[in-house]
Amino acid sequence: MNTNLPVLIVIIPLMSSFIMPVVGLIRRRYCHILSFIATSAVFILAIMLIKNVTLHGTLSYHLGNWEPPWGIEYVIDNLGAYMAAIIAFIGLSISVYSKKSIEKELNKNLVFYYTLHMLLLTGLLGIVVTGDIFNLYVFLEISSLSAYALIALGEKRQALTASFKYLILGTIAASFILIGIGFLYAVTGTLNMADMSLHLEELYGSRVVHAAAVLIVVGLSIKIALFPLHSWLPNAYTHAPSTVSALIAALMSKVGAYMMIRLLYDVFTINFFIETMPVGEILSWTAAIAIIAGSISAIAQKNIKRMLAYSSISQIGYIVLGIGLANTAGLTGSLLHILNHALMKGCLFLAVGAIIYKTGIKNIGDFNGLGKKMPYTMAFFAIASLSMVGVPPLCGFFSKWYLALGSIEAGRWIFALVILSSSLLNAGYFFRVLEKAYFGEQNKIDKTIAPASMLIPMLVLAAACIVFGILVYMILPYVQYTAISLIQ
Amino acid sequence: MDVISIKPLLAVFISAAASVLILLSDKKRNLRETWTMIAATLKFIIIASMIPAVLEGNNIYYKLFNILPGIPFAFRVDAFGLLFGVLASFLWILTSVYSIGYVRGLAEHAQTRYFASFAIALSSTIGVAFAANLLTLFVFYEILTLITYPLVIHKQSAKAKSAGRKYLVYTLSGGVVLLFAIIATYSLTGSLGFTPGGFLYGYGSVLGLQILFAAYIVGFGVKAAFMPLHSWLPSAMVAPTPVSALLHAVAVVKAGVFGVVRTIFFVFGPTLVSKLGVGIPLAYFVAYTILVASMFALTQDNLKKMLAYSTISQLSYIILGAAYVNPAGLFGGVMHIAHHAFMKITLFFCAGAIYVATKKKNISELDGIGKSMPYTMAAFSIAAFGMAGFPPVCGYLSKWYLLLGSVEANQLPLVAVLLSSALLNVAYFFPIIYRAYFKQAKTKTKKNEAPALMLIPLTLTAAISIILGLWPDAPGFFYGLVELMAKNIFGGI
Repeated sequence: MNTNLPVLIVIIPLMSSFIMPVVGLIRRRYCHILSFIATSAVFILAIMLIKNVTLHGTLSYHLGNWEPPWGIEYVIDNLGAYMAAIIAFIGLSISVYSKKSIEKELNKNLVFYYTLHMLLLTGLLGIVVTGDIFNLYVFLEISSLSAYALIALGEKRQALTASFKYLILGTIAASFILIGIGFLYAVTGTLNMADMSLHLEELYGSRVVHAAAVLIVVGLSIKIALFPLHSWLPNAYTHAPSTVSALIAALMSKVGAYMMIRLLYDVFTINFFIETMPVGEILSWTAAIAIIAGSISAIAQKNIKRMLAYSSISQIGYIVLGIGLANTAGLTGSLLHILNHALMKGCLFLAVGAIIYKTGIKNIGDFNGLGKKMPYTMAFFAIASLSMVGVPPLCGFFSKWYLALGSIEAGRWIFALVILSSSLLNAGYFFRVLEKAYFGEQNKIDKTIAPASMLIPMLVLAAACIVFGILVYMILPYVQYTAISLIQ
Repeated sequence: MDVISIKPLLAVFISAAASVLILLSDKKRNLRETWTMIAATLKFIIIASMIPAVLEGNNIYYKLFNILPGIPFAFRVDAFGLLFGVLASFLWILTSVYSIGYVRGLAEHAQTRYFASFAIALSSTIGVAFAANLLTLFVFYEILTLITYPLVIHKQSAKAKSAGRKYLVYTLSGGVVLLFAIIATYSLTGSLGFTPGGFLYGYGSVLGLQILFAAYIVGFGVKAAFMPLHSWLPSAMVAPTPVSALLHAVAVVKAGVFGVVRTIFFVFGPTLVSKLGVGIPLAYFVAYTILVASMFALTQDNLKKMLAYSTISQLSYIILGAAYVNPAGLFGGVMHIAHHAFMKITLFFCAGAIYVATKKKNISELDGIGKSMPYTMAAFSIAAFGMAGFPPVCGYLSKWYLLLGSVEANQLPLVAVLLSSALLNVAYFFPIIYRAYFKQAKTKTKKNEAPALMLIPLTLTAAISIILGLWPDAPGFFYGLVELMAKNIFGGI
């Protein structure tokens, strides 16, 4: 079906990021209002996309009316709409949250922040709507460049080195991906992903295609910080401003995982990356190691944001593990975890942001009595943590269920054990925080409550952790259908 | 036949709803305790009102929604679930009365948290009892694990915190193994609903199923506290005594035992367990716990720790009975769930009463306490006699059936284990009774009983222990439910 929706969802944040500096010149506080309006519009569009996709099937939009495969085509299928909805939902929540937080943390750079925030969302949304592989690369770079700049906005000087390290590694990754895409273009002569996939079928034996696959997978692995290519991530997450940490932790790696799914399943197809080259096998094993290594490193951290960063490394392992398993249950687990981890990590980073905003506490050692001091924030933190541990019926439980089920169905019992035992490691580092916050020695405590504009997004995300857990059956058919259509 | 009714749902969630009211009436303690008492009474009434329908051979069913494809989030109250439900909800009423006396007597801190967690723990326990399938059971089983944690570390001392961590490490690990087993079962059969006589027959290889069985036993075994998975239980005795009484002698540990029995009879089924040849090895495995935990109990001076080891030993009796997969063993095992609950809760109540009245924790300090606390020690002695298997206190009945089951299973060494464990029970309980009644206290003591709110519950549980022993098949008692359960599983005896 033809509709303008696919392009609108990219145009709106793009245009608003261009207008943002002008608006900032008129009155700085209008920036927040504009970003709120734009993200709300994007969110509404994303919901309409999901509705349209479920009703009419895949949507397609031809940019400049050029017929594909010559022109750029925007394609939204189930997976694209799902990702767009996640990005829009988290983007909106963080946009609401950012008002107070940015005023305090980045008052000087407020206009920059909102411009980059919208540009980042443009990049992320562009990645999930485009059907053109070079366009995909362009949007990846738009989002990455805005992320480098956003991290560099951090208050401390370390933010600059963290951002620089990310810039270097991210650019290496981008070059890998670009060379890979170039190789594919050289042998197939097309940039449209659907078209490329058809041409590739005859070329599975080609060395060039093999090299392209390796370059793209390694490039993406750096972008999503798959262990052992994760070294840029902990510093970047730790030193970025609170809202930026939430934004990139919840969304950047998810969109990287989306690219991995899209390129492996739709462009290279399962026949290639499972049967011709053992890419799936290698990814699963790496992911299993990432899960354990990330969790163990998280246990050793003293800084709460650093702990969450290492936890992200481990959680990315879950998503990649499901991608590598390449069966319905495993991929369902991955897709669910993309959503669930975005909700949980988003909520956790926002809660930590609120704690830093009110008390300045960054070390886990100072968390004593925080459960009484900031009751709501800590309650949301606790819900998201328990969900990360995989306590039923919170949402994290169900992604683990499907990933473990997928491992067992693939005959990989060891992966099921890794997934399940890693929830013990998660419990190890989250209960350390919760025990301090709720049962630590308390001196005199004066209650402080974070502003409503910060509490409401956290509340929404924490509630989503519960709702997408208990009522998982409402989204499950959609997710499973997506997984099945990707595998076939 | 399934009867659709909302009662199971109400029975499960009423105390969780009460916990909200408890939290809201933080400052008004009388109002707060009223919520607990109302919830406990209503919960018991709702659960007891299901007894007639279940005894007629119906199951009471309520489905909320599908949690995963083919797996409803649903409750099905059958004879076995109802037995556990009646037991836990009845004892919650008594424990609530006792708790009020205990926390006020000691002027404990964080009482609101205590009562709220307690109410949710009971919701989860009943959820475990009434769950219609493994996944629903697992949800409540995990919530029970987590909500007990604030109760274990109630004191917030360093010792309590380390006990809490130990508790979490053990129980969460057990939960992980259990989840693995459940997912493997789902992947094998695509269904998880409990069926009398099991639903796994005909799936998988013998070795695979043996491993699966072991995974279930280990998963549930952490809470059932058999050796070597037991060591969290003695540490958890740092919790307030009512918690040890209801949760660590009835609700939490029996949720583990309940899971083992569910696995054996409603997941695998007697036929499959015999075919796999896993029943008797399990029986010998827990026989070790029965003996060794009793020996550990002999060496304890802390009264609550001694009771904890005694619990560990007695829980393995129940698993032993189930592991025989014959009707007599099942009878003995399941009856012992109820009988042990009444006797052990009495003993814990007495330990708490002694602590509140005299601040004494150790057995060696109890010289002459029979004079100063006559009612408490009388109840203690009744329960102790019952544990050792003296009629007419109810313990003898379940042990009789367990012995019968051992003989039917042709396991004479296990008969010897049961008999020598009874002797060990005598050996660790009677010195206390001897001290209490026949040794003189060093200082002259006058009568010094615990508050009435504590005395009444412990007298009642002691009295019920005797009544259950004298008149086990009275209408509405547990005997009828066990009989029905055995009939459903073995098809009439």
